[in-house]
Amino acid sequence: MSRPEPAPGPALAPAPRAEPRPALALRDVAFAWPGAGRGRGGFGLRCPDFSLAQGESVLLLGASGSGKSTLLSLICGIVAADAGVVAVAGTDLRGLSAGARDRFRAERIGVIFQQFNLLPYASVSDNIQLPLRFAPERRARAGDGAAEVRRLCAALGLPADAPEIPAGRLSVGQQQRVAVARALIGRPGLIVADEPTSALDAAAQDAFLGLLFGQAEAAGSSLLMVSHDPRLGKRFDRVVRIEDIAAAERNP
Amino acid sequence: MILRLAIGSLFARALTVGMTVLAIALSVALFLGVEKLRTGARASFADTISGTDLIVGARSGSVQLLLYSVFRIGNATNNVSWESYQDIASRPEVDWAVPISLGDSHREFRVMGTTPEFFRRYEYRGGRSLDFAEGRGLDDLYDAVIGADVAAALGYEVGDPIVVSHGLASFTDHDDQPFRVAGITARTGTPVDRTVIVSLQAIEAIHVDWRGGGKTGATTPVEAIRAMELTPTAITAALVGVKSRLRIFTLQRWINEYPEEPLLAILPGVALQELWAIVGVAETALVGVSAMVVLTALLGMTAMIFSTLNERRREMAIWRAMGARPATILGLLVLEAMLMAAAGAALGAALLYAGLAAGRPLIDAAFGIWLPIEPPNARELWTLAAVIGAAALASLLPALRAYRLSLADGMMVRT
Repeated sequence: MSRPEPAPGPALAPAPRAEPRPALALRDVAFAWPGAGRGRGGFGLRCPDFSLAQGESVLLLGASGSGKSTLLSLICGIVAADAGVVAVAGTDLRGLSAGARDRFRAERIGVIFQQFNLLPYASVSDNIQLPLRFAPERRARAGDGAAEVRRLCAALGLPADAPEIPAGRLSVGQQQRVAVARALIGRPGLIVADEPTSALDAAAQDAFLGLLFGQAEAAGSSLLMVSHDPRLGKRFDRVVRIEDIAAAERNP
Repeated sequence: MILRLAIGSLFARALTVGMTVLAIALSVALFLGVEKLRTGARASFADTISGTDLIVGARSGSVQLLLYSVFRIGNATNNVSWESYQDIASRPEVDWAVPISLGDSHREFRVMGTTPEFFRRYEYRGGRSLDFAEGRGLDDLYDAVIGADVAAALGYEVGDPIVVSHGLASFTDHDDQPFRVAGITARTGTPVDRTVIVSLQAIEAIHVDWRGGGKTGATTPVEAIRAMELTPTAITAALVGVKSRLRIFTLQRWINEYPEEPLLAILPGVALQELWAIVGVAETALVGVSAMVVLTALLGMTAMIFSTLNERRREMAIWRAMGARPATILGLLVLEAMLMAAAGAALGAALLYAGLAAGRPLIDAAFGIWLPIEPPNARELWTLAAVIGAAALASLLPALRAYRLSLADGMMVRT
């Protein structure tokens, strides 16, 4: 299968002005959770071809059970594919050890969950800077961490004194914005958001998406959001149904 | 930052963590307290008698001689004749010798006959001498000096009359020759506190009308007794100080090989160690029990960590999503356990010092054990470190479970 926008791969991109590498590329991926029969053991996923260009925003639509959690685990390097290529910013995660994948995730991927994103006992500032603790390069990119926290908080409309407040004291909407700041600090190339708006009402959803898009664009990050809600699609460059790119397999 | 977050996490669960820390603190305080009491009791015990180089008595066992001559427990198998005592006292190595004569009692307390020199020569707790809380030493023939426990138990004051009973737990009183309390010694924490001290001559005096353990019919008037020579024919034991410590063993061998009479000379320090080896079994058991209490507290902590693991899966998933390895999660839980143990150890030490400051005078008054308040010694610091180390070890069980959970959960928690 051919992919429309990005260059095929590093090996075939000798031209100096070649298009940049895709932020994310999955090809011929096959994966099954180990331990058949227990928990998600035996649940498997195949993804023949899917990619995300740099700076692109994609909404991945899928109901629960469609394999989106498994897909996100593969993309974030929590698990390694059994076969195929999962490349983030041109690096095939399969070639990395588990520890190196963890480090890679910290360096290159910002993650936003649907809720309970933050360590409630830690200050907003500590929460936002947490990924930098595991990613020296990203910390270097962020420069002065405290200043970056203040800048992001201001850009995301959080109160000026927010950085010092324990995260658990913020409202759910504010917490989600802190999660955005945490995903964006140090400008990772890829933002992965798992239903980040599901805990918000419609008006707050819209405002939240506005902020998320604005900041992701400013940081030059690609955005992959997973949701079951097709109404969110209008802001995205592309809307993809998970069934169209991946096949879930039970007890293969 | 991870340390700050771990502390924040602990503070967020202040109640359960607080109870766990308190349990550890109490167990640590108990353990250290037992250790303190143990070393205090041992030091106090070893300090029962000092400044005396040799104790001489009839031949028996060294522990037995120590028990009856110093602790007033049990009885002498035999006496030492006055001639033998004179022989020993006149040896060139001997600096001083104090004879003691035991065998009579007053109520539940032993009566000891000795010379006034006893008050100058008896030392305890590393060179402290006997002091008088009230009154003064032996002056008159029928003067008695009583220990602090005797005075407290029987409510005696200086000037009160005392009647000495013949033998121990007997119904025969030397009521024809009553004594007068001349002085009360300050509390020492030694068996002197439980002793009635009279002069050696007084012991002779009250036995003037006695022959071979029975009372003769005669009653010699007190005036006649006062006029008598009253030199004892035998004593129970003697405390001996030598001129040069280098000569102790020479003198000891000489006494032990004394041809006229079977005698035994012991080094008080050595005999005290032997005796402690016997009584010290209880102390070991006590330490064992308090160590078990510390282990129980640490087990409680482990159970607490286990029980919170499930509700903290979300938190672990956040750490994982941010790039923390499963090993970091494991380290985080071990770190939290060590922080709790460290807080418990510090609080326990603080409790111990507070308890020492408050209870020291009481313990000294009740048991004669003076517990020093000093910075923790190496052994105590090792104990505290061991508690923290054991906590780390114990927390490995739940931490390994968290490790496995976070491997399985990744960043997605299925609830």
